[in-house]
Amino acid sequence: MALKNTYKVTVGVIGTGNFGTALANLLAEKCHRVLLYARSEQKALQLNQTRKNGYHELADNVEIITDVSFLTEKCNLIFPIVPSINFREMMKNLSPYLKPYHVLIHGTKGFDFNKSNKSSNPLKESIIEIFTMSEVIRQESSVVRIGCIAGPNLSKEIASKMPAASVIASEFDEVINLGQKYLKNDRFLVFGSNDLISTELCGILKNIIAVGAGTIEGMKLGENAKALFITRGMVEMVEIAKAMGGQVEPFLGLAGIGDLIATCSSSLSRNYTVGVRLATGEKLSEIIHSIREVAEGIKTIDIIHEWSINNPIRIPITETLYKIIHEEITVEEAHTYMMKFPFTSEIKFLN
Amino acid sequence: MSQNRPRYKDILKRKKDWPIVNLSQNKTPFLNEVSRHVFTNLTQDNGRKSLHEELETTIYREKQRVINNPWRVDPKDDLTFWKTIQKKQLAIKESKDRLIIEKEILKEIIDRYCKEIVGNFNKSSYRFAKRITTFGFARLLNAARVKGFNSIFSRQLDLQDQIHVVGEPDQLRKLAKIGTIILVPTHFSNLDSILIGWVIQFLGLPPFIYGAGLNLFNIKILAYFMNSLGAYKLDRRKKNPIYLETLKEYSKRALEWGCHSLFFPGGTRSRSGQIENSLKLGLLGTAIEAQRSLISDHGKQAKPIFIVPVVINYQFTLEAPSLINEHLKRTGRERYYRESDAYSNSKKITTFLMKFFTKKSDISVSIGRGLDVLGNYVNDQGQSLDQQGAVVDIKDYFLSNGKVNVDKQREHTYVQILSKKIISEYYKNNRVYSSHLVAYTAFKMLERKNSKLDLYSILRLSEDDLTLDYEAFKKNFKKLRSIILVLNEQGKVDVNDKLKNTTDESIIYGLNNIGMYHAKRPLIKSKDQILILNASTLYYYHNRLEGYGLEKYI
Repeated sequence: MALKNTYKVTVGVIGTGNFGTALANLLAEKCHRVLLYARSEQKALQLNQTRKNGYHELADNVEIITDVSFLTEKCNLIFPIVPSINFREMMKNLSPYLKPYHVLIHGTKGFDFNKSNKSSNPLKESIIEIFTMSEVIRQESSVVRIGCIAGPNLSKEIASKMPAASVIASEFDEVINLGQKYLKNDRFLVFGSNDLISTELCGILKNIIAVGAGTIEGMKLGENAKALFITRGMVEMVEIAKAMGGQVEPFLGLAGIGDLIATCSSSLSRNYTVGVRLATGEKLSEIIHSIREVAEGIKTIDIIHEWSINNPIRIPITETLYKIIHEEITVEEAHTYMMKFPFTSEIKFLN
Repeated sequence: MSQNRPRYKDILKRKKDWPIVNLSQNKTPFLNEVSRHVFTNLTQDNGRKSLHEELETTIYREKQRVINNPWRVDPKDDLTFWKTIQKKQLAIKESKDRLIIEKEILKEIIDRYCKEIVGNFNKSSYRFAKRITTFGFARLLNAARVKGFNSIFSRQLDLQDQIHVVGEPDQLRKLAKIGTIILVPTHFSNLDSILIGWVIQFLGLPPFIYGAGLNLFNIKILAYFMNSLGAYKLDRRKKNPIYLETLKEYSKRALEWGCHSLFFPGGTRSRSGQIENSLKLGLLGTAIEAQRSLISDHGKQAKPIFIVPVVINYQFTLEAPSLINEHLKRTGRERYYRESDAYSNSKKITTFLMKFFTKKSDISVSIGRGLDVLGNYVNDQGQSLDQQGAVVDIKDYFLSNGKVNVDKQREHTYVQILSKKIISEYYKNNRVYSSHLVAYTAFKMLERKNSKLDLYSILRLSEDDLTLDYEAFKKNFKKLRSIILVLNEQGKVDVNDKLKNTTDESIIYGLNNIGMYHAKRPLIKSKDQILILNASTLYYYHNRLEGYGLEKYI
């Protein structure tokens, strides 16, 4: 399918999940050739035979590959879209082939973490170090031109060619420009931001709220309650981000409030779905077992809980969700608790 | 004791091979090159104000400066020059060839700035100054320490006994043969440039060029040293874009000519006594631009540029009282302060030097591992290493689609990466002395004791409130010391060996050394109490250990 505005360029996508596939198809509209890297030969074979991945039809110029060196040799621009839990390992495999001229724009909305236990730590503290994916890329490779893509991007809607928009955040204007050039089309808007870390935090932290919003839906508490929850959730997200050194602005944009609205109201969101099912009495282990892809929100709740031990800020929503997923309280008890929680001023972070 | 010390041979025997000699012999073509490029940069960059406006404000401000704030070092014809320029500019208002004449004026200003900035390096006066700093100081030291006239000729003690060069001096020597070095030291005292000058020649490196504040050239003795050690002049009164661009281009071109350079990236001396935690990005940026230019001009043969962080560890800073006062006035939001300089005349410096060499106080200069312009460590062959230790090609950082391209925004982001790395190297190479820790412990205890007071009220406490119980002090000192030793094991900070003595010894050593040259000692022990005699200088010395998260443990 040779379109008029096709760029003679080969770009890469790592990860054959829903968002990775959707992104590969989006790129295929503007780029001459898209290499989609699959981790296993088996998956690659299946994709090549069917030219389908779940509800996605692969565009003709999307090529499935399993050779990392081929990917890095052909592409200067690569989009790693893999779950946070596999991200560092993926980077370790990729790193030997990466050079400082490569540009990586990731789409992973989760944390990587490193927990040092008390005995091995001479300061006798339990410390959890958390990293965003851009930090993992910096740690594991020589790549510096890094960006992330965030925003309300429910894969199924993108696959159905419905309109959507995204933010590409990077300290480097050239990264934003590249992303815009190859992704923007008449159904897909791409905004730019220079605040990489805060934008990553938007995408990561909103998953916590999505799980919570799902529980409100599952309990059938109504739209008022959900709006209340999402708004308080937004405040908590900002408070956490600020304590981590992030800025408020991106939270008011597509990556923040935009993504939050989409994920907190759609059954297409995995994190939201987990919340709904928790509220209907299912156990977390059962839910995780039955969904095909990773719900980042659950892991993020655990990580933020751990992080808050050494960072004294009030995070009632995250703490309550932590108790729910670890079965310390029921969803109903959590609801009662939240309604009694002594919230003080409504919004402080804008001062 | 002095027999088995390393003696470093000059890495370049013949002086005519020194890049700085090359530069000073080809001063005219060099300045023409600088001037030409500044001119192109200023006339091509469309993001700027119109040339007309730029000239108008520059000329106005320069005239104001000449009238309101003249210095002894200023050229005699300063006022005439700016008056003439202004006349020229006013005359062209109606002319059709306005732009052409404006460009001529711009060129004239750039040329003048080039001449003001350029250093006056001279081989023979370098040799003389070098002799002064080493032999002269050593003689002075011997005469003062070992009594008797004959001792003037003794080689018993010299500077090396007092100044310890630690860290990676051997790598620095190797790198200086491969590429162009930029030393980036911390900056606490005006003595720093002379000290670094000594270190450079002690390590057998050819002289470095560096930008020194023009105000220092007001003082004759310093001006002499600075000129002969390769300083070029940096006038902080001139903040106009034409001057700043000229200054940056000068530094960048000198790097491209292979001149080893010395930048104080903190800009000025640390006022608070804390290690630099933000750096001036303009000058550092010239390192990145120069490296990219070299790569685009010479490809694989391009000389690499290495950044070498240096931490100067004093147990005292001559200027501490005035520096901390300035700092407090600034943070206290007082709008005006008068810069009082402890180095205001030659006599004060001589007195200080006498004190410095007669009372023994260790100084150590930590030479950090070499970095490339992106802040990656380099190996002894000068190759850049990524975090996994794999060799990376520095060229790749400047490529876009296989070609070296100029991207100002990218390079600006690179400077920030480099700057963060330099700061983290400072913290790692900072050497903790007992004196720093006694200051830190005492001040933090004072803060805890008066937790309801803000900093300014604490500094104004009366004498009676400025005492601490020795046993409590000792307990806290011991605890913090154990934390510092752990941080040291983790490679997060360096420590002086005397810190590892018994607690009492270590405290006494610290108390004896903290601010030992000040008229008023900040901290003394009296019976079973620790007395704080000067809270603001104590605060200054305590700041040296800020940034390590130690406050949690007291």
